[in-house]
Amino acid sequence: MTNPPDADVTIDSRGATCPGPLMDLIGRVKTLDPGTTVALRTSERNSTTDVPAWLEKAGHDLVEIDEGDDEWTIYLEVT
Amino acid sequence: MYRIAIVGGGTGGTVLANRLAEELGPELAAGEVEVRLITADPEHVYKPTFLYVPFGKKTVDDAARPIDELLDRRVTLDIAEVTDVDTDGHALTFADRSRLRYDHLVLATGASLDPDAVPGLAEGGHHFYGPAGAETLRDELADFTEGHLVLSVAGVPHMCPAAPVEFTLMVDDWLRERGRRDDVDLTYTYPINRAHGLESIAEWATDLFDARDIDVETFFNVESVDPDAGIVESMEGTELDYDLLVAIPPHAGSDLVIDAGLGDDGWVDVDRHTLEAEHADDVSAIGDVADVPTSKAGSVAHYEAGVVADRLASRARGETPTAVYDGKTVCFLEAGMDEATFIEFAYGEEPYVREPSRPLHWAKLGYNESYWLTARGLL
Repeated sequence: MTNPPDADVTIDSRGATCPGPLMDLIGRVKTLDPGTTVALRTSERNSTTDVPAWLEKAGHDLVEIDEGDDEWTIYLEVT
Repeated sequence: MYRIAIVGGGTGGTVLANRLAEELGPELAAGEVEVRLITADPEHVYKPTFLYVPFGKKTVDDAARPIDELLDRRVTLDIAEVTDVDTDGHALTFADRSRLRYDHLVLATGASLDPDAVPGLAEGGHHFYGPAGAETLRDELADFTEGHLVLSVAGVPHMCPAAPVEFTLMVDDWLRERGRRDDVDLTYTYPINRAHGLESIAEWATDLFDARDIDVETFFNVESVDPDAGIVESMEGTELDYDLLVAIPPHAGSDLVIDAGLGDDGWVDVDRHTLEAEHADDVSAIGDVADVPTSKAGSVAHYEAGVVADRLASRARGETPTAVYDGKTVCFLEAGMDEATFIEFAYGEEPYVREPSRPLHWAKLGYNESYWLTARGLL
């Protein structure tokens, strides 16, 4: 088991329903510099598909998705 | 005396005040309870009216009535601006620095438009989310005979999530009726990977857009607008040339909420069922300012107001409140200029979208007319 990556910024969107976590992420990424690593915490399973799809469309890097108990942490790097 | 203070004179605040007056009539008559509504605007505005203004079907005057004509006489009305909420001291401060103490506070301050959050949007875009914008768009549309019309949802959450889809379908129909549609390209953009936040609405709208030759750009988060060049650019790197840009501006909550520590982003953090604030005692929130996982829509404010009225009436009588909000949301959706559909859902439910019909369109127009009875708490 590997340790989760360190994140410069953590966005806690647990409890928000789709597309809340994605919109939380998009709103925050607007303010971040390239190279910033972000951890998005979500309890919405759909985030594990719609967030990677947006990252690909917007050109940011998906680093890793950690699955916990009824929640996920999506790590990414702003490019 | 049990003092209930309501801040905001929109649908939520007005329905709540009237419901409380009805439910607590004996207690109000006995001087045991006070219901006070505080609003900076003496006019009550029914915002869905603005959707029809660009098409010449309504005027902005149709959207407003003096709030004192809508309120039960047992409600005390203050036309004043609240500048501070002191949740520890259970008090409000007004612009003239006077203070008002409360036993229970309900915030119903709504949402506001924030077009300046996107560079160039205020100069380059039009909208139908307020009286001035709707009238300007009406004039622009009247003169728009050819080119590219882009309807862009520049931010979520926003008021009335169905309205952008409705406007797009209505403008398509409106242009067809005038024989201009062949000379106009229509594009609809949305921030996520489908045409609407609710999957069933997204599927329904996408099918209609396909059938009516309306282009759809998803994952389109507006980053900037260049009014001189007529270009709207997304964070995702997509550029669209436009001749007429109709944009749903980003929305903002309330600085009052942030300053009071009730929600970091301007929306009040509440329990989704009791609508009571998570960061303060004896504070509730209803309508657009309450952060609950459903639409920022008038029907939500209406149903939430009913629940909070029941809960506060119980409290005023020394009983334990039991009423809860289940997320009930009801929306009519125009599918053109003379047909509409209707959806109803609650927390965690996906709405079923009925086949659009003329009777539902007339039902929507009928509801709009009877709205003033809703505001009075009669419907």
